[in-house]
Amino acid sequence: MSNIQSSPLEDLHLQLGARMVPFAGWNMPVQYTSIMDEHAAVRSGAGIFDISHMGQFVVIGRDAEAWLNRMLANNVAKLEPGQGQYSFLLNDAGGVIDDLIVYRTAKDEFFLVVNASMIDQDFFWMNERCEGDVSLANESSLWAGMAVQGPDSAAVFARACPGQELPPRNGIGRFATAGGDVIVCRTGYTGEDGFEFFCAASSGESWFRGFIDAGAKPCGLGARDTLRLEMCYPLNGSDLSPDHTPLEAGLGFFVDLEKGDFIGREVLVKQKADGLSRRLAAIAYTGKGAPPRAHYEVLDADGQSVSELSSGVLSPSLGQGIGMAYLPVGLAKPGTELQIDVRGRRFPAVVVKKPFYKPSAQKA
Amino acid sequence: MNVPQNLRYNTSHEWVLVDGDIATIGISDHAQEELTDVVFVELPPVGKTVDAGDPTAVVESVKAASDIYSPISGEVVEANEAVEADPSLVNTDPYGAGWIFKLKIKDAAQLDSLLDAAGYEAMIA
Repeated sequence: MSNIQSSPLEDLHLQLGARMVPFAGWNMPVQYTSIMDEHAAVRSGAGIFDISHMGQFVVIGRDAEAWLNRMLANNVAKLEPGQGQYSFLLNDAGGVIDDLIVYRTAKDEFFLVVNASMIDQDFFWMNERCEGDVSLANESSLWAGMAVQGPDSAAVFARACPGQELPPRNGIGRFATAGGDVIVCRTGYTGEDGFEFFCAASSGESWFRGFIDAGAKPCGLGARDTLRLEMCYPLNGSDLSPDHTPLEAGLGFFVDLEKGDFIGREVLVKQKADGLSRRLAAIAYTGKGAPPRAHYEVLDADGQSVSELSSGVLSPSLGQGIGMAYLPVGLAKPGTELQIDVRGRRFPAVVVKKPFYKPSAQKA
Repeated sequence: MNVPQNLRYNTSHEWVLVDGDIATIGISDHAQEELTDVVFVELPPVGKTVDAGDPTAVVESVKAASDIYSPISGEVVEANEAVEADPSLVNTDPYGAGWIFKLKIKDAAQLDSLLDAAGYEAMIA
């Protein structure tokens, strides 16, 4: 996309002192005060992120369930109205076009939340394949979005939306307000309890302020990235790509090979039968070292180059370098010793079990 | 923004404090604020010779790694191990405890090409 887009909350971000950066074609806040402070707020209290850049599609029709089950890797037939699931849009080779959350809002109606950078591609891909009684609408420009995350999220919601109830974990709810309907989803990208909230773009600023007044600290994309990586939640374009399947990414739990045919299924079935050759592994430094970052070289214990990091950061919660990389399966087992090359210096690291960080108890 | 009068500045935001033939080098208050939370400092080895403009140390925030360029030529005579142990000193005390390395000055004439406080202040305004 050549034109950089602005969130409906941009003026508010600037008033709040945000530092803005281009991300996925959007001008978005990377931080307001400090990534470390914002990260800590989400782990111990509540933070709020602008997610207006993310896309929303609505699928309606008698054939919506069957059609979505051919488009997506997870099984939407398992969803009752009000429930959501993590899923993938795959290409014919089983590679990831996008990861998304699909909610069933009624028997024949679904709400999809997709990645900002992929809105146009996803829509084109799906629209080209529409068949039967299915209507697909891209509502991305209608909605402002915000994610309230942290152990205090439910309390923030109660103060900002008196009389309303949060849906259960992975659930979706909707209620009417003077500024139009709002949608609340009990999901997030931080590992903490929390919700994503979508409202008319024109009322986004007042809702965002309302959640801040109710106790949420404004947080930018910097903290969003450190929080999600501590949980090993993948970032599309870094940890997920058209060259890797969800099985290789260790996300087979969100793929249903038994539900019937879907795009990419044959490759996944074969991959499962033949065994994987590489797998996305979680890697942590064993001592202190320069922060690991995406594209840094990963070496085995003998110093042979084996991969590069798909993501990396100095974990604010753990004070330790963490990252992920696609490794040959023989090296992807927890306990395997590796080295990360940072500007020619090699820091010892080890494959660990996912996630890196266990969040405070989930309330649902 | 704090820009001490007694220092010279590089356009890439390093400062230099001259004491005889020894120069102490760090990054400006403006630079530390732009970088945000410093989480790692990579120091040059003592004894290394550097030319003016050479990347000599690395300061890393959560989001990015930034080279620190030596404003003048010389030999590294000391590196601040305190910032290696506690990188946040670069944020909290950029002109004091957050200094990064010291050089034995090779050519004092190079100092004349650096900015004075007024010049640096004008540059970042």
